[in-house]
Amino acid sequence: MDFSLSDEMRDMKRTIRDFVDNEVEPCAMQIEEEDHIPQHLIDQAKEMGLFGMSIPEQYGGLGLNMVEKCLLLEELGRANMSFTTYIGAHTGIGTTGIVELANEELKQKYLPGLASGEKLGAFALTEPDSGSDATNMKTSAVLKGDKWILNGMKHFITNAPEAEVFTVIAVTDKEKGARGGFTAFVVEKDSPGFSIGTIERKMGLRGSHTSEVIFEDCEVPKENVLGIEGKGYSSALRILSKGRVALGARCVGACDKLVELSAKYAQQRVQFGQPIASFQAIQWMLAEMATDTEAARALTYRVAWMVDQGLPVLKEGPMVKLFASEALGRVVDKAVQVHGGMGYMKEFPVERFYRDARLTRIYEGTNEIQRMVIAARLLKELQI
Amino acid sequence: MKYVVLLKQVYDTETKITLDANGTISNSGITLIMNPYDEYAVEEALRLKEKGEGEVTVVSAGGQQVQDALRQALAMGADKAVLVDSEGADLDEYATAIILAKAIENIGFDVILGGFRAIDDGSAQVAGRVAEILKVPVVNVITKLEVEGSQATATREIEGGSEVVEVSLPAVFTAQKGLNEPRYPSMKGIMKAKKKPMDKKTLADLGLDNDQIAARVKPISFSLPEARKAGRVIPGEPGQAAAELAKLLREEAKVI
Ligand SMILES: Cc1cc2nc3c(=O)[nH]c(=O)nc-3n(C[C@H](O)[C@H](O)[C@H](O)COP(=O)(O)OP(=O)(O)OC[C@H]3O[C@@H](n4cnc5c(N)ncnc54)[C@H](O)[C@@H]3O)c2cc1C
Repeated sequence: MDFSLSDEMRDMKRTIRDFVDNEVEPCAMQIEEEDHIPQHLIDQAKEMGLFGMSIPEQYGGLGLNMVEKCLLLEELGRANMSFTTYIGAHTGIGTTGIVELANEELKQKYLPGLASGEKLGAFALTEPDSGSDATNMKTSAVLKGDKWILNGMKHFITNAPEAEVFTVIAVTDKEKGARGGFTAFVVEKDSPGFSIGTIERKMGLRGSHTSEVIFEDCEVPKENVLGIEGKGYSSALRILSKGRVALGARCVGACDKLVELSAKYAQQRVQFGQPIASFQAIQWMLAEMATDTEAARALTYRVAWMVDQGLPVLKEGPMVKLFASEALGRVVDKAVQVHGGMGYMKEFPVERFYRDARLTRIYEGTNEIQRMVIAARLLKELQI
Repeated sequence: MKYVVLLKQVYDTETKITLDANGTISNSGITLIMNPYDEYAVEEALRLKEKGEGEVTVVSAGGQQVQDALRQALAMGADKAVLVDSEGADLDEYATAIILAKAIENIGFDVILGGFRAIDDGSAQVAGRVAEILKVPVVNVITKLEVEGSQATATREIEGGSEVVEVSLPAVFTAQKGLNEPRYPSMKGIMKAKKKPMDKKTLADLGLDNDQIAARVKPISFSLPEARKAGRVIPGEPGQAAAELAKLLREEAKVI
């Protein structure tokens, strides 16, 4: 098996790493305090083409395959997690629906602006009464003349306050429900009847904004249906399933960064007359952190490769999300421990990572839901 | 307008330099980057080109690994790269300048830019020598450059201030920090770089032989800076300790 990288991928990785280390990292504290990502960082990321990572070249994107995309997201994963989420939610759930499901007209209309980052994309599935159980959603869409009229509310929508183009899942046939009664739409923020509700106050991920999205007789052109009418539930699952591998890559990048920070700190911090790295207790934590990181990396790239081969990843995709986010959870917990009291202080980045990392086990489908999907698939495959 | 940028690949500032058994700098486990001052030169050439029209060529002499640094310049937006394979020869500034000047003569030039020094050997000679061989003026350590027709106006750092000079083209300019803020290559730029011309030349292609580039200056030995010694804690009452410290600073460290 060949794990070597092309010159091109090496150059891209190195460029993103330099950008993250030299430009984003120095702003980390500012982002945290102001709950705002400086515009110049976003502009630079646009110029570098990072917003078009998942969009085909003919629409102005980079046209990367999954392995390549993961290689870049891994470098971004080293950054402040809100910055990574700002870009990751756009290149993942925010644009995947249009890339995978839209007809040619919609692609022409939306993808170039999304690829350049001029427009930010978001994905709105979750509702107050419909989280893990997406089948219970209430937001409705009714066709009136040449317009769909949407009513209802989504919440916890990443990038919603800044986004211009939303992929929204709504109920078009209440009788049929998730089985043929949900439809995916592209909705522009300027649509009549569209508004942003409360912006949530979160545990972490400061700088990335998550809010309610409210539809009050919101008018959406008839042609803005994504994919096939009535197939919105499977569309949503498809959008989410791609994102799972990408999320794995981001977790791996964050793990890498935490291993580095911890190994450095352990060699500098002296207690009992010697660097704490000389204590076996610390060494074991570092060894376990590094091993978790490599295992997550191996699984992520193996499944990314499967995606590129067109192989089904119905259980492997969720495995990546499950394992990589829990590996990150273990790694960040040990990173705080290696740093001792300093790990609890805001002046060190591990404190921020500790709060931010917690989210990866919750969003894009909780890890319990991932386990359910893996087990259901496994039992089906191995049915006696 | 033809812009030529002299480019050197150097050790990454983060790389840990070690000496091998022969006392020369070990190449294992090191990473190489484009000389940071050359990044300013590349950026300036690109900005000048983008204001009007023209072509930016980056030139280097060295081994095949230098292609990585040249590719970075292509990814930033340079049009083509020329790499003269030095075939393992030990190049000093004199030899490097001969090779680069020959290569540049073949390319043609109006504005030649380079970093004012390379961060590895720091000798700050090559650009000046190239200017000398090509018989064109050189303006060193510039922080601003404007080109108007066949005239250029450059601001350069001098002791305690700056100086604005006017010079007619062709000319060589060396870049100082502050000249500009080099761009990050875009991902698309990186993809395109692969398809841009990377012209690999041998010494023979340039009509040079080993005698002509025999180094005049040879390094005899290298040594690493002494490892920093552990600090010393002076115990006792603050007053006494301070007195002891003052005494040590005067008598032992001889700094006061
Ligand atoms: C910061 C943030 C950003 C988000 N961004 C987006 C976004 O951009 N777009 C979007 O659509 N959504 C987004 N979400 C929503 C996210 O996907 C949901 O929060 C998640 O799917 C869980 O839903 P819930 O919060 O309603 O939890 P619940 O579904 O209420 O789950 C509560 C607990 O019960 C468990 N549970 C639920 N059902 C089962 C079951 N059958 N078996 C076992 N355990 C179960 C869950 O695993 C969890 O532990 C975001 C959430 C957050 C916090």
